[in-house]
Amino acid sequence: MNATGQIPDSSNSARPALDNDRIRGDFPILHQSINGCPLAYLDNAASSQRPRQVLDAIQHYYCHDHSNVHRGVHTLSHRATEAYEGAREKVRKFINARSVTEIVFTRGTTDAINLVADSLGRDFSADDEILISHMEHHSNIVPWQLLCEKTGAQLKVAPINRQGELLLDDCLALMSDKTRLVAIAHVSNALGTINPVERLIPAARDRNIPVLVDGAQAIPHQAIDVQALDCDFYAFSSHKMCGPTGIGVLYGKQQWLERMPPYQGGGDMILSVSFEQTLYNELPYRFEAGTPNIAGAIGLGAAIDYLDTIGMASIAAYEADLLTYATSAISELPGIRLIGTAAEKAGVISFNVDDIHPHDLGTVLDHQGVAIRTGHHCAMPVMEFFGIPGTARASLAFYNNRQDIDQLVEGLKLAIRMFQ
Amino acid sequence: MDDKHTLMDLYRRSVLQHSRTPHNFGRLDAADLKAEGHNPLCGDKLTVYLRLDGNDILDISFEGVGCAISLASASMMTEAVKGKALSTAQSEANDIIGNFARPDARWNGDRLGELAALGGVREYPSRIKCAVLPWKTLCAAISKTEQTVSTE
Ligand SMILES: Cc1ncc(COP(=O)(O)O)c(C=O)c1O
Repeated sequence: MNATGQIPDSSNSARPALDNDRIRGDFPILHQSINGCPLAYLDNAASSQRPRQVLDAIQHYYCHDHSNVHRGVHTLSHRATEAYEGAREKVRKFINARSVTEIVFTRGTTDAINLVADSLGRDFSADDEILISHMEHHSNIVPWQLLCEKTGAQLKVAPINRQGELLLDDCLALMSDKTRLVAIAHVSNALGTINPVERLIPAARDRNIPVLVDGAQAIPHQAIDVQALDCDFYAFSSHKMCGPTGIGVLYGKQQWLERMPPYQGGGDMILSVSFEQTLYNELPYRFEAGTPNIAGAIGLGAAIDYLDTIGMASIAAYEADLLTYATSAISELPGIRLIGTAAEKAGVISFNVDDIHPHDLGTVLDHQGVAIRTGHHCAMPVMEFFGIPGTARASLAFYNNRQDIDQLVEGLKLAIRMFQ
Repeated sequence: MDDKHTLMDLYRRSVLQHSRTPHNFGRLDAADLKAEGHNPLCGDKLTVYLRLDGNDILDISFEGVGCAISLASASMMTEAVKGKALSTAQSEANDIIGNFARPDARWNGDRLGELAALGGVREYPSRIKCAVLPWKTLCAAISKTEQTVSTE
């Protein structure tokens, strides 16, 4: 595993092999034809697919172990609680958090960010600032805008360059005594840029500013070590890392979570309730009101087990190689404009072809069995920066292979013939 | 192949021609009516301008950005309603919008003339709103609503 969460250099001698054929066999959904062609699923940044192991774990849970957690003395409640808390431990280990008390299950990245905005942000005021970047997903913009509306705080936006890279010096210059939080994507979903969080976080630390990292696009592609990163919060979604939808994680340093008021109120997050006074539960349950997504957590745990059997280092190396292959194949086509050409990239190729509208590309590709995403990718400020309404985006996972890329390229050639 | 056939059904020759070189494209100075249409999902944005002679459409144009389907639909629309009474244009627009929305309804090709070429879009649920946007925008202009219409 790589401590800082960097993609390892693929020229490293011991580059672990990845058995793509066997892996593809684990994903039932990949084996179908779409419009008469084999499915080439290249929309992984929107959502990944699930291996049989994850589906089996959920099925097994519902067939044998389901009950509510943390509240019964009977056997099934005990099993359900064990499985749910077992999943929390798997998450802890996967991102190398110190303690399971720092792992809060949420509905996903969006929910995790809203939790921090609502709870940590409760005492922000008109003198405070929140710093984000120009390449954020809407879910790392809008919660802060809502918070600013409520508290009068100011939102500051760190600029990017034409390659789609964060201007780190400008970003650091925007940090001040007023900055209460820096919230930044680890990897941009629209551009694929890997942000230099390992340089940004220490700089923020020097100024006592907590950093929230939106890890939605980083977590499926590289090993994450929250202690090595030393971030204060790390948010991610299960569905982008082969787990079920409707569940995600907020990692928060204990020192922050301890101080933060509850997000939502309800069952599970309390120790005792009376009409005079309610005592809140300990971490992390204080932030998990109501019956949680038990099956979701168990499915996420199974996804982590699955990713661990392959190894995040192997996944990172394999995908880096596939990204290089795809980038050069696509670049050779006439009229291609790549959007997002950062030196450090993961898993995403955003592009336009002359003035063919991305939606037309998407429809033609779908006819060739190729699934990509088209549009603004929930990052409208990025589109505005590049002066385009949207892009076509192919995004990779470790179960993709060169045939998928070749199929994409053939589809693009057809589209170019049709529209030119 | 079957699938290629349906792809060509969507992108008929006339649709591609209209999208490449849209008719009546550009701002209309001294427009009597105008409206903006916006499709947030695609980022499609267009403005429809009308010049009137009494209750008749003397001239019509549109400008904006969009996919081949929305550009072709807008371009064909301007040809279809130019010179017609506002009320006729409005009812035709409602007709077309209704036709797009019901995949099972018979697409009355004869009556629609060139517009029939847009019929293929009904097989593409995610693209119907592209074809509908110009027509909704036209309706908004005719009913003189100032607000931006949206297909979402
Ligand atoms: C960078 C980034 N942040 C946040 C999100 C939101 O994740 P979710 O919709 O799972 O809450 C996404 C998902 O597209 C993303 O790519």
